[in-house]
Amino acid sequence: MALMPVKFDLAKRVKLAQGLWLFFWLCVMAGILIFSMGIFFKIELRKRSEIMDNNESHFVPNVLILMGLAACGINAFGGKVCHDSLDSAKFMKWKPMLKTYMSGCVVFCIALFVTALVCFLMQISLHFTLAEGLKNGMKYYKDTDTPGRCFMKRTLDMTQIEFRCCGNNNYKDWFEIQWISNRYLDFSNEDVKVRVQSNVDGKYLMESVPFSCCNPGSPRPCIQHHITNNSAHYSYDHHTEDLNIWGRGCREALVSYYGGMMNSIGAFVLLFIILEALVTVGLQYLSTALESMADPENPESESEGWLLEKSVKETISGVMAKIKTLGKGNQVQEGDERAPEES
Amino acid sequence: MALMKVKFDLKKRVKLAQMLWLLYWISVMAGVLVFSMGLFFKIELRKRSELMDNNESHFVPNLLIGVGLLACGLNAFGGKICYDSLDSTKFAKWKSILKPFLICCLFFNVLLVLTAFMCFTMRIPLQFTLAEGLKNGMKYYKDSDTPGRCYMKRTLDLMQMEFRCCGNNNYKDWFEIQWVSNRYLDFSSKEVKDRFSSNVDGKYLMDGVPFSCCNPSSPRPCIQQQITNNTAHYSYDHHTEELNIWKRGCRDALVSYYGGMMNTIGILVLLVTALEVAVMIGLQYVNTSLSTLVNPEDPESESEGWILEKTVKETITDIMAKMKGMGKGNQVEEGAQEGGVATVS
Repeated sequence: MALMPVKFDLAKRVKLAQGLWLFFWLCVMAGILIFSMGIFFKIELRKRSEIMDNNESHFVPNVLILMGLAACGINAFGGKVCHDSLDSAKFMKWKPMLKTYMSGCVVFCIALFVTALVCFLMQISLHFTLAEGLKNGMKYYKDTDTPGRCFMKRTLDMTQIEFRCCGNNNYKDWFEIQWISNRYLDFSNEDVKVRVQSNVDGKYLMESVPFSCCNPGSPRPCIQHHITNNSAHYSYDHHTEDLNIWGRGCREALVSYYGGMMNSIGAFVLLFIILEALVTVGLQYLSTALESMADPENPESESEGWLLEKSVKETISGVMAKIKTLGKGNQVQEGDERAPEES
Repeated sequence: MALMKVKFDLKKRVKLAQMLWLLYWISVMAGVLVFSMGLFFKIELRKRSELMDNNESHFVPNLLIGVGLLACGLNAFGGKICYDSLDSTKFAKWKSILKPFLICCLFFNVLLVLTAFMCFTMRIPLQFTLAEGLKNGMKYYKDSDTPGRCYMKRTLDLMQMEFRCCGNNNYKDWFEIQWVSNRYLDFSSKEVKDRFSSNVDGKYLMDGVPFSCCNPSSPRPCIQQQITNNTAHYSYDHHTEELNIWKRGCRDALVSYYGGMMNTIGILVLLVTALEVAVMIGLQYVNTSLSTLVNPEDPESESEGWILEKTVKETITDIMAKMKGMGKGNQVEEGAQEGGVATVS
């Protein structure tokens, strides 16, 4: 009792083959798209690798690139098979490979599902990576004369300008680190000496933020220094002034940026899985329809196509039995080998 | 004595027609490209219309859009003619239109050359437009509470950050205008009152620039206030400090941005012109080779194709004679009418 049998005549078979060929080429385009999304994601991670700690994992973009290439290859092969299926002579050479190919397709669909899952879950590890990286980045902001870190200031400034954020969690993070290099501090000045001495670690801390935290949408010129001191500025209350500097932290901004990107990629991969499943089902119908032709010599004969030769239960028990016999076969072989040795 | 005669047999004619059909479809794509470039240019001008005075002319992008659409239409039609030229029955209906179509193509190519020329020369009025617009923009920087100008500050800040520039000609332009609104100045402070009274127009001027002039690549935190005062900052000399704020003026930056865009578009239009001239010549060959079949009934007969039936000089004299003939014809008609009128009265 086959699963979902469908009757086919020549016209229907030809139509199925043509439609399937078109779908296979759509899948190839989708595979190219996944490949390019993987590359784009990899480039985006590389661009900001300075503000992530060194352990950032390029696993997800690499998997996407691999899946994209595999999708291209598998679907191009499937398209070739469909194209040849209309000519029985050409189809002969593909017949033995078809069953293996279709189990390969099923495995590929499962792999794609795992990829989509990993895309959605990567946000969590990225959260921690960015937290660590931004904290270090801010610490090295002032070290523009140290080789290897001299561009950290520029990177951080550009990040804050581009993503409209300030600090790690919020702007107060800048109050806790020294972001002005000692080279630009006049140590003969009383103010400077008092500030440095009043701090346990000897750091020059102040209630100021770098200029890149400034919000251009603010109606008044940017207030960077003495932010929490209301009396230092005319008509200013830092509790109500919310347009002066960016209120959002950069970790949140970057996570939502990368998170949005990964959600889109994951959603697209899920859609692609549906397409792949459709073409696999279509190819199964085409293959069974061509095998079960009533009169193999007459191309116009009727035939039947199905999804599975027996019902789902019977197929699964058949597969289990096959696996058991494979196992038993190995045991019998071992027994035979041992017996001659003993005798 | 025809200009650049070439002999054609059936195979050569078919090859020419096929190649020409392909070229025509490439020209349609080129037309779409010109159209989209015109659209892109229009959008870019619109985006920054606040920094240009109100007279900025959208003539060039509108011309590009029109030329792009015209190119698509003409080339699609030409492609259809080429496709039909292989079948003599279908080609018969197009035969009469071909000569006017080719003359249209000639005028279109002249229009394309003019468009390219306009692209290259638009830089000059743009320079004046931007100078005026930026000056006004900076004047209205502080008016973030005046309706109609409240976004000028944001526009100017974002532009200075994006184009890495400061002020109109350079950063000193900010020293000459009041860019801090009176709302944020404490008039009870002696310092503020001194500054006001020391200025002829009663403006609060200072040697400071907005934060958007700051250069992120500077090794030291940005010095925005008291820029020309070396003693106000430790270890600072404003003559040697190159990386602190952007040195370039925004007019220069914007003109070079738009100028680069227009140069690229102009070069592309010239390339499209070359393509159009090539397809026009190809169509003329197809037209003449199909008209001069030795044996009209036999499609396999030989034929000849040329660009002009006579030499260039003879063609020009012919055209002049034709125009004079038309002019004289009008005069004779008028004379006849006048004579008729005179006899009546």
